[in-house]
Amino acid sequence: MAKKKPDPKTELALGDTDAATRRTILRSMLLQRRFEERCAEAYALGRIGGFCHLYIGQEATGTGVISMLRPDDYVITTYRDHGQAIARGISPRAVMAELFGRSDGCARGKGGSMHLFDRNTNFLGGHGIVGGHVPLATGVGFAIKYRGGDQVCVCFMGESVVNTGAFHEALNMAGLWKLPVIYVIENNRYGMGTSLERASAIHDIYQRGAAYDMPRGVLDGQDVLAVRTGMAEALHRARTESMPTLLEIRTYRFMGHSMSDAVSGTYRTKAELDEYMQRDPITVLKLHMEAAGEIDDAGMATIDDEVKLEVQDAWDFAEASPEPALESLYEDVLVETTT
Amino acid sequence: MPVITYRDALNAALREEMQRDDRVFLMGEEVAVYQGAYKVSKGLLQEFGEMRVVDTPITELGFAGVGVGAAMVGLRPVIEFMTWNFALLALDQVVNAAAKMLYMSGGQYHIPIVFRGPNGAALQLSAQHSQAWDSWLAHIPGLKVVSPGTPYDAKGLLKSAIRDDNPVIMLEGEMMYNWKGEVPDEEYVVPIGKADIKREGDHCTIVTYGKLVTLGLQVADTLAKEGIRVEVVDLRTIRPLDVEAVQASVRKTNRCVVLEEGWEFCGVGAQVVDYVQRDCFDDLDAPVVRVHQADVPMPYAKNLEKHAKPDLPKTIAAVKKVMYLEG
Repeated sequence: MAKKKPDPKTELALGDTDAATRRTILRSMLLQRRFEERCAEAYALGRIGGFCHLYIGQEATGTGVISMLRPDDYVITTYRDHGQAIARGISPRAVMAELFGRSDGCARGKGGSMHLFDRNTNFLGGHGIVGGHVPLATGVGFAIKYRGGDQVCVCFMGESVVNTGAFHEALNMAGLWKLPVIYVIENNRYGMGTSLERASAIHDIYQRGAAYDMPRGVLDGQDVLAVRTGMAEALHRARTESMPTLLEIRTYRFMGHSMSDAVSGTYRTKAELDEYMQRDPITVLKLHMEAAGEIDDAGMATIDDEVKLEVQDAWDFAEASPEPALESLYEDVLVETTT
Repeated sequence: MPVITYRDALNAALREEMQRDDRVFLMGEEVAVYQGAYKVSKGLLQEFGEMRVVDTPITELGFAGVGVGAAMVGLRPVIEFMTWNFALLALDQVVNAAAKMLYMSGGQYHIPIVFRGPNGAALQLSAQHSQAWDSWLAHIPGLKVVSPGTPYDAKGLLKSAIRDDNPVIMLEGEMMYNWKGEVPDEEYVVPIGKADIKREGDHCTIVTYGKLVTLGLQVADTLAKEGIRVEVVDLRTIRPLDVEAVQASVRKTNRCVVLEEGWEFCGVGAQVVDYVQRDCFDDLDAPVVRVHQADVPMPYAKNLEKHAKPDLPKTIAAVKKVMYLEG
């Protein structure tokens, strides 16, 4: 971290990951991977419509960050939200039903892939306008400080967000007012088909935090344990000092921008993609765990079978869930005022 | 009954609602230390402190979004725009976040927020500071839009807006803040969605709202001298629009003029005309006539600006036209 040295004891206490937690995280990441693979299939079959942005390759980022949070913390994110929703604890059934546009979806079929919401887990939504949700996160941080709590709001965004006015305005206020928000840039190198180098005047984009006097750092987004360690420090600062942090987490998108987009071609080469895929975040964690004697291929296969069944269950649930009643078209536009 | 300014009526509404509910806070440019660009928030910083009366940088998109985020997790923000003309920068937050959050979350996140500030033209502020945003904002499902024309309605509607669990847009006016009117000391609210007959008459209906209610009443006064009895229907709320009140008046007078600050094309008046034609077609003795700003960006020169705005002669001519009294 560029700004402030962490207290090593705090970092250890919060960020060190025990064997059971590593196993939970591995399972969550594998669940997200298998879930997204079935989403690609469902999209091809026409079960999922609209835009559908998959998380494959980036699982360590969301899982590492979210696994460090308390239930009363807040998460807000972009349209690439399936993996984070599952990592936060929204059931794969509710997510898949939402993607299928069914009434048991986590937004009752009103939001779809880009707008997953869940009040029970303080999942404040996937948002579809690049940069638009960043001021919302600053507002959540403002509300936490207003009430005097020690919760934290995590705001995920892609690296292309840093070029929007909303990002600048939101981070300036968070720095100015010292709000407990952790802005997590998932730098997957491409805003759709435009590389970071072709979009941003600086390439170490965590340095943007300097403009807001904000503690900042860069983390390896393919190593979930490194993500957790970096998060521990940011969380400590948010909870105890009400200070924001800008984390750039470097990762890579193994799929196209959305299901309608090419995986490689004009904007990136197949060779580059193959090189990044060598550092699959699930494999990286598996190697850590193998070295510690915590898992072997058979153990991995067992987990894989479990999560595949869970995803199949989600698919079956979504398919059986009724379409939203036509009357619901006019529901949820306004709420009855109770105050 | 005490007579106070529109500005002090808004100030009283803010003070009373902030005393009533500690989740209510005021945020915007110059609202705290400066005491408000138009002094609407005078004294509030001293009474409620800097956590509840918050000066922002000049960053409309940013602080509008801060308000929506705070509302998502249980606060009740009042976001002041120094003028709605600057709020164009914030429309992504107003439209894509505030208005749509409840719907796209399947009913999980309602947004109890008020966005308020002066709207439309003042005097010689030229093209970028003189736009009426009524029809833009009223176009959006998920928003309520109010536009009070008197101090009484300003206080009562702001209190209702703050208590409402939905996003409410409040359109005020720089020229209106000094206007005076009777406002009782005792507690009251004006319900959102209810028009008010500001003047009864049976010859012609003028439907208007906000700043132009006063003009509508001047027209009624002037024409009364000629024996023409004009009914002035003050919508007070643009969305949800009190269709019944408009239609009841038109059924009585059989003639209708719609008076608004903004441009003609896709204006609020066009919607009013539609509500009239669809259910009062057989009640009409003349086509409805609209009075509005000229279809040009607002000019600076005094004579051109006057020529662009709705005024007494234009509105009187419109009433006479629907009464077949022109020429």
